Amino acid sequence: MLGRLSWSAIPFNEPLPLLSGAAVGIVILAVLVIVTVKGWWPYLWREWLTSVDHKHIGVMYVMLGLVMLLRGFSDAIMMRTQQAVAVGDAQGYLPPSHYDQIFSAHGSIMIFFVAMPLVIGLMNFVVPLQLGVRDVAFPVLNSISFWLTAAGALLINVSLVIGNFARTGWMGYPPLSELAFSPDVGVDYYLWSLQISGIGTLLTGVNFVTTILKLRAPGMTYFRMPVFCWTALASNLLIVAAFPVLTATFLMLLLDRYLGMHFFTNGGGGNQMMYVNLFWAWGHPEVYILILPAFGVFSEVVATFSGKALFSYRSMVWATLGICVLSFMVWLHHFFTMGAGADVNAFFGIMSSIIAVPTGVKVFNWLFTMFHGRIVFRTPMMFAVGFIITFVIGGLTGVLLAVPPADFVLHNSTFLVAHFHNVIIGGVVFGALAGINYWFPKAFGFTLDERLGHASFWCWLIGFYLAFMPLYVLGLMGMTRRLEHVPDPGWQPLLLVAEGGAVVILCGIACQIAQLYVSIRGRDQRRDLTGDPWNGRTLEWSTSSPPPAYNFAVLPRVETVDAFWHMKQTHQSTAKSGYEAIEMPRNSPAGFIIAFFAVIMGFSLIWQIWWLAILGFLAAAIVVLIAAWSTDREHEISAAEVARMERAG
Amino acid sequence: MCLDLGLMTSATYRRYRFFRSGLLRWPVWGAPILLASCAPAGVLDPQGPVASAEHLILINSTAIMLVVVIPVIVATLVFAWWYRASNDRASRASDKSYEGRIEFVVWSIPALTVILLSGVIWIGAHQLDPRAPIAAKTNPVRVEVVSLDWKWLFIYPDLGVAAVNLLVIPAATPIEFQLTSATVMNSFFVPQLGSQIYTMGGMITHLNLLADTPGEYPGLSANFSGDGFSWMRFVVKSVPAGDFNAWLAQARGTGSGLDDAGYAELAKPSKALPPKTYRAVEPKLFEHILERTMTGPGDAGMGGAQQGG
Repeated sequence: MLGRLSWSAIPFNEPLPLLSGAAVGIVILAVLVIVTVKGWWPYLWREWLTSVDHKHIGVMYVMLGLVMLLRGFSDAIMMRTQQAVAVGDAQGYLPPSHYDQIFSAHGSIMIFFVAMPLVIGLMNFVVPLQLGVRDVAFPVLNSISFWLTAAGALLINVSLVIGNFARTGWMGYPPLSELAFSPDVGVDYYLWSLQISGIGTLLTGVNFVTTILKLRAPGMTYFRMPVFCWTALASNLLIVAAFPVLTATFLMLLLDRYLGMHFFTNGGGGNQMMYVNLFWAWGHPEVYILILPAFGVFSEVVATFSGKALFSYRSMVWATLGICVLSFMVWLHHFFTMGAGADVNAFFGIMSSIIAVPTGVKVFNWLFTMFHGRIVFRTPMMFAVGFIITFVIGGLTGVLLAVPPADFVLHNSTFLVAHFHNVIIGGVVFGALAGINYWFPKAFGFTLDERLGHASFWCWLIGFYLAFMPLYVLGLMGMTRRLEHVPDPGWQPLLLVAEGGAVVILCGIACQIAQLYVSIRGRDQRRDLTGDPWNGRTLEWSTSSPPPAYNFAVLPRVETVDAFWHMKQTHQSTAKSGYEAIEMPRNSPAGFIIAFFAVIMGFSLIWQIWWLAILGFLAAAIVVLIAAWSTDREHEISAAEVARMERAG
Repeated sequence: MCLDLGLMTSATYRRYRFFRSGLLRWPVWGAPILLASCAPAGVLDPQGPVASAEHLILINSTAIMLVVVIPVIVATLVFAWWYRASNDRASRASDKSYEGRIEFVVWSIPALTVILLSGVIWIGAHQLDPRAPIAAKTNPVRVEVVSLDWKWLFIYPDLGVAAVNLLVIPAATPIEFQLTSATVMNSFFVPQLGSQIYTMGGMITHLNLLADTPGEYPGLSANFSGDGFSWMRFVVKSVPAGDFNAWLAQARGTGSGLDDAGYAELAKPSKALPPKTYRAVEPKLFEHILERTMTGPGDAGMGGAQQGG
C-alpha cells in the first residue's frame, strides 16, 4: 500500500536532520497560522498563488531562491565546520553517511534551487518591462514553470525528514548512483526533484525565447534591446537546448534504477562514461545559463551608475552570442582525466579558453563604461566593481583548469571547488544581489537601505575571499574535494580560515535580512514616486513603481538603444491620454494545482507507492488539459479604468 | 618574509599553542597561511618529470594570464576611484559609447592571450598525455592498479607480488600503470608525481609516472566513491633500485599470497586498511577483475551492500 515507506524512513536516530526539519516545519506552521489568523489567504491566493503576472512570478522566484539560499548555506557551514574539526585523530561531528548527503544536497540546492530561481526570477520581472510589453508570451505556462520549480524544492527538503538524500555528490555519477551502490531513496529524491523542476525550467526557456523573439514594443528591433534582454535570450536558448539533455539523462538513470535497465551499468553493454558525458553536455551550458543574465545585470548597473551608455553595445551583444554558442563546445573539460586522447583533450582545452575572449571583451567594455563616467556607488554598483575584480580571478583559475596538464593535477581538488565558487559567488550571486538591490524599488515602490546594503556587500566580498582563497591553496597542496575527514593536520589552519570566511558570509546574509526588515518597516519614508530612482536608461524605469498590472498604459515607441534615456534627453513624456482598453490574462490556479499533484506524484515515485503515483500523474495531466482547453483566459481593463489607475498612480 | 615564516613548521605551531590567546593570535593564525604559500607541498612540490612539467605549465599559464589580469584589476580600482561622482578633478564624457580603435584593442588582448595559451595547451596535452611512455635509461616497471571499496590494490604482474595501500617503486624508473576499478569510479592520484586518471570498472585506463628520487609521497582517490572515500589513501615509497629488489625479496618471503578467495575477502567494503604485501598473486587476477566488472560492478558480488545500512 505505502510502497517502501514506513516509520523507519524517519531518521529518529539522527538528531541533526530531524531537528532542522522540525525547525523548518515550525517556521512553516507559524507562517500558515499567521496567514490564517490575519485572514490573508484570499489576498495571497488572488495576488500571488494564482497570479500569472510576470512581476509577481518573478518576485516569488527570487523569494524561493533566497529561502533556499538559507538551506544551502546551512549545508555549507556544516561542511566547513566538519572539515575544520575532523582532522587527524578527530572524527568530527558528522558521520560519513550524513556528511555525504550534505555536500550532495548543497550542490543540488545551490545550483537548481538558489541560482536558477534567482536568475529566472530577475528575468521574469525585468524582461517584459525592458521590452516594453505587458506580460510574457504564455502567462499561465509561466505560473506552471514557477510552481513546478517550487515543487522540486519542496521535495528536496522533504528528504531531510522522510528518508534521506543522495550520497553521491550533486553530479550523481554512476555506478555510485546506481541501485547496486545506492539502494535507498536518496538518489530517487535527487532525480525526481530535479526532473520536476527541470520541466519547469524548460517551459521557462520556451516562454522567454518566444517572448523575446515575438513580443517587443513597437520600434524595438533586436539591436535596440537592452543588453539584459540579450543575455536573457542567450540564457533561455541554452535552457531550451540543454535541459532536455539533462531530463533524458536522468530518465535513463531512473530506468536503470526502477526497471533494471543498463544505460550506465557495465552489464548489458551500458557505459558509465556516457552519463558523465551527457551530464556535462547539459552541465557546462548550465553555468552559462546562470552567468549570462548576471553579465546582463552588470551591464545595466555599470551603465546606469556611471551615467553613461554601455560602452560598445554591439560588441557586448556579439560577445554574449559568442559565449552562448561556445558554451556547447567545451563540456569535455570536466573530465580530461577520464582517459581521452591528447587530441581530444587539447581541442576541448583550447575551446574552453576561447570563451575567455568574449568574456574578456565584456570586462574591458565595463571598464570603458566606467572610464570618464560619473560613478555613483549605490549597492548594485558596489557589487558590480566587486564582481569585476573577483570574476577575473575566477576566470584566470578557470582557464588554468582548461589546460589539460594543469587539470591533471587540479581536477577534483579544492582548487576546483574554489574556482567554481569564485565564478558562481563572484558572478552569479553578486549579479543576483546587484539585480535585487537595483530592481527592488521598481518592484515595490521603495528603495532598500543603502547602509545595510553596503555592509552586506563587504561581508560577502571579504567572506568570499576568506572562505575560498584558502581552498585554492589547499588544492595546490593536494587536498581533494568531498573529504569527510582531513588526513593532514597541516591543512587545519587554512580550513579554519575558510570556516571564518563562511561565518563572514553568514554576516552578509544577516545584513540582507536586516536590510529587508529595516527597509520594509521604513517604507513610507523610502517611497520612490518617480518610478526612476537611479536615473535609468531602459524602459522599465519609464513606468510607475510598482508598475500597474498592465505595465504600460500605452506601449512605448522605441527609437534607439537605451530608449528611456533617449526619451528623457528629448523631453518626450509618456502618453497621458488616448488610453485604450487593455486585454490582460486572468489569474489561473492551474500552476499551483499541477505542482501540488506533481509533489504527490514525485513523492510516491520515490517511495514506490505506485497507485498514488498514477493518481497524482493523472490528476496533474487532467489539470493541464483543462487549463489548455479553457477559452475564458483574458479579461479586459476598460479605457476609463486605465485612465483612473494612471491618475491614481 | 618567506624565510622567517618558513621556520614556523606545524610542530612549532603546535608547541606555541599558547600564542593563540591575546594579541598574538592573528599573526600566529596568519603565519601558516603565508607559510602555505611559501613552503611547497603537494602539487607545488613536484618529485618527477610529469609533475615538474605540469607544475611549470601551471606557473607559465598563470604568468601569461596575470599579464592581463593584474592590469585589469588595477584599472578597475583606479577607474572606480577616480571617476567617483564626488571627484571634481575627473574629466567626464557623457555618452561616448563606441570607439573603433579601442574596440580593436579590446578584442585583441584576450585573443592574443588565448592564442598563446592555446599553444601551451596543444603542446602540453600531447607531451603530457597520460598514455605517453616516459623515456629513461632503465626498463619500465608495470603496475596494475585496482580501486576497491575503500582501498587500493597494486599488482606487479611481471614480479608476481601485490600490495594494498602501499606502492613501492624504484626511483628514476618509469612506471607503467594499467588501472581499473572493482567498484565505483575513483581517480588514482599522487599529487607530487603528477597526472591523475580515473579508474572505471570493466575498463582499463593508462598512466605513466616516474619518481626522480627516493622518498615517500601520499596518494589518494580524487573522485568521490562513497562513505569510506576519505580514507582511500596510500603511500608511494620510491626507493633506490637496490632497495627495490630487497623489498621484492622481503615481500616474496612474508605473509600470504593473494588467491581468488583472498581477493573476495579483500573486496569487501572496509576502510583505512594498513598497508600490506602479498608474497604471490593469482596469475591474471587483474584480467579476472576486469571480466567480472564487465558485467556490472553490482553483479560481481562486491560492494553492493556497502550502503545498505
